[in-house]
Amino acid sequence: MLRPTALSLSSALVIAEMMSGKVSPATLSAITAASKVGPVAVLVAGAAAKEEAQVLAKVKSVAHVLAAVGEHYSHGLPEEYAPLVDAAVKANGYTHVFAGTSAFGKNIIPRVAARQGCMPIPEVTDIIDEKTFVRQTYAGNAITTVKSSDTVKYCTLRGTSFERAEADGGGATVNDLTATPPVGKAKFVEDLLSTSDKPDLMTAATVISGGRGMKSGDNFKLLEELASPLQAAVGATRAVVDAGYVPNEMQVGQTGKTVAPNFYLACGISGAIQHVAGMKDSKVIAVINTDDEAPFFQIADYGIVEDLFKVVPALTEKVKAAGAK
Amino acid sequence: MFRTLPNYLRVAVCVKRVVDYTVKVRVKDNRVQTANSKMSVNPFDEIAIEEAIRLKEKKIAEEVVAITIGAKKAEEVLRTAMALGCDKAVHVVVPDAAAESVEPLAIARILEKLHGEIKPDIWVLGKQAVDGDFGCTAQLLAGLLDVPQGTFASKVDVKENKVTVTQEVDAGRQVVELSMPCVLAVDLRLNTPRFPKLPNIMKARKKSIESKDVAALGVDITPHLTTETVTEPAARKAGIKVKTVDEFFDKLREAKVL
Repeated sequence: MLRPTALSLSSALVIAEMMSGKVSPATLSAITAASKVGPVAVLVAGAAAKEEAQVLAKVKSVAHVLAAVGEHYSHGLPEEYAPLVDAAVKANGYTHVFAGTSAFGKNIIPRVAARQGCMPIPEVTDIIDEKTFVRQTYAGNAITTVKSSDTVKYCTLRGTSFERAEADGGGATVNDLTATPPVGKAKFVEDLLSTSDKPDLMTAATVISGGRGMKSGDNFKLLEELASPLQAAVGATRAVVDAGYVPNEMQVGQTGKTVAPNFYLACGISGAIQHVAGMKDSKVIAVINTDDEAPFFQIADYGIVEDLFKVVPALTEKVKAAGAK
Repeated sequence: MFRTLPNYLRVAVCVKRVVDYTVKVRVKDNRVQTANSKMSVNPFDEIAIEEAIRLKEKKIAEEVVAITIGAKKAEEVLRTAMALGCDKAVHVVVPDAAAESVEPLAIARILEKLHGEIKPDIWVLGKQAVDGDFGCTAQLLAGLLDVPQGTFASKVDVKENKVTVTQEVDAGRQVVELSMPCVLAVDLRLNTPRFPKLPNIMKARKKSIESKDVAALGVDITPHLTTETVTEPAARKAGIKVKTVDEFFDKLREAKVL
């Protein structure tokens, strides 16, 4: 519970990340977190900032939207964002600057913090009061509560730890923010994005992941067949990403993505510390592995010691049959 | 400074000594117990060292300077770095008692100081240390120096005084072109680090390490974050193991997840 006296003095700025006109899920989580410390302002920058500001103004819990129009912000370059955020904080005296834990947030938050001599607090999982934050260290094996002495708290918020703010129901005021001149020290070259119409790994309610036990990239089709009727996302371990079976952005773990779906099904994954760090907050965990001793069984709600090449297709059949009923 | 050829570059690589990534740490008495744990070079920093050495092997870099900031014992990671091919090593010694609480911001400020002396064209850091999991030192350093940053780098190309970096982002990859000097934070995909060879390990023992006292640098290392509590995460209990696929399906159905 936050003290009301402190609340009235705090105000938070959230740096918005937009994905093809929509507010990114990580930003929506950051808005929820920000609403715990005070009134929420959201900063949006880019060539289409004016239109995007309208989308953000509708998000629940947002009080103000600041829109900075400028092509140089369009690719999320931290070199361009940092002076802008810095100027907004100095002008409006925000006490908290938040962003979602995404490559975008992780890039910008520390860079702005440095400009103001503040120590950023990455991947916050809980907010105790306006100065006190909870985060995980040692691949999630220790939960650390830290108190910041900085005047401005720069945090990235772990998306899986905060509910997403509703995209409707808000009525924020929109103001223009003067764009800072282009810095030009870094130049955007190109985006090489994997395009898929499948559910996003970070936001899917069900995640089905494959590990070394999958034996080849082709076999991931088995997981996709099961994922399809469940509207699940397919993830992977570092081992199979390194082996080139699947692309990097599918990696779940300490160095990949952190997921906390309702249901996590691990197929042929031993359950190394680094993988578990990225999914152990999942609500229900089930494991399919031929190795009875796999560490994953120690944290799984349901386990089956059996060949995944038997279990997964059988499960797919059953899911399809149940769905057809 | 005007440069016609890029092969005069100086690269600084930062290395941290951490609890080995295979060790499952325990929390006791409100702190993480690290005494007697196996220590090693932060895995991301091994990749940073490897990349720096490759730049030298490609004749892009002339000199690679390895830097660590930490207690007396942290020196051993510099020995490893030199055995792998780094030319020089700088150890910023932090008193043992303070070493554990040095924050990324203090590290970045110390590196900023060293930047004035070493004048590297490229800073190579790991994208995060596997103990604190902060993952922000490179961005802080770039911010302090006001130079461009290439984070989560999975490919680095140095040409014509520009550094082209492929960054791992949420939905794939993003390519950016940075002017020098710049700061890179490397991802696991960048390369596969080599192992030091025994003769090189022996040779590295004789190489000198420049030792600097943190107090002499005039950087305030007082933590901005004070640790209130450290606890173990709530333990997940092992659930049940089932024998057949039918049973497995039924249980998952009961749990309302299928």
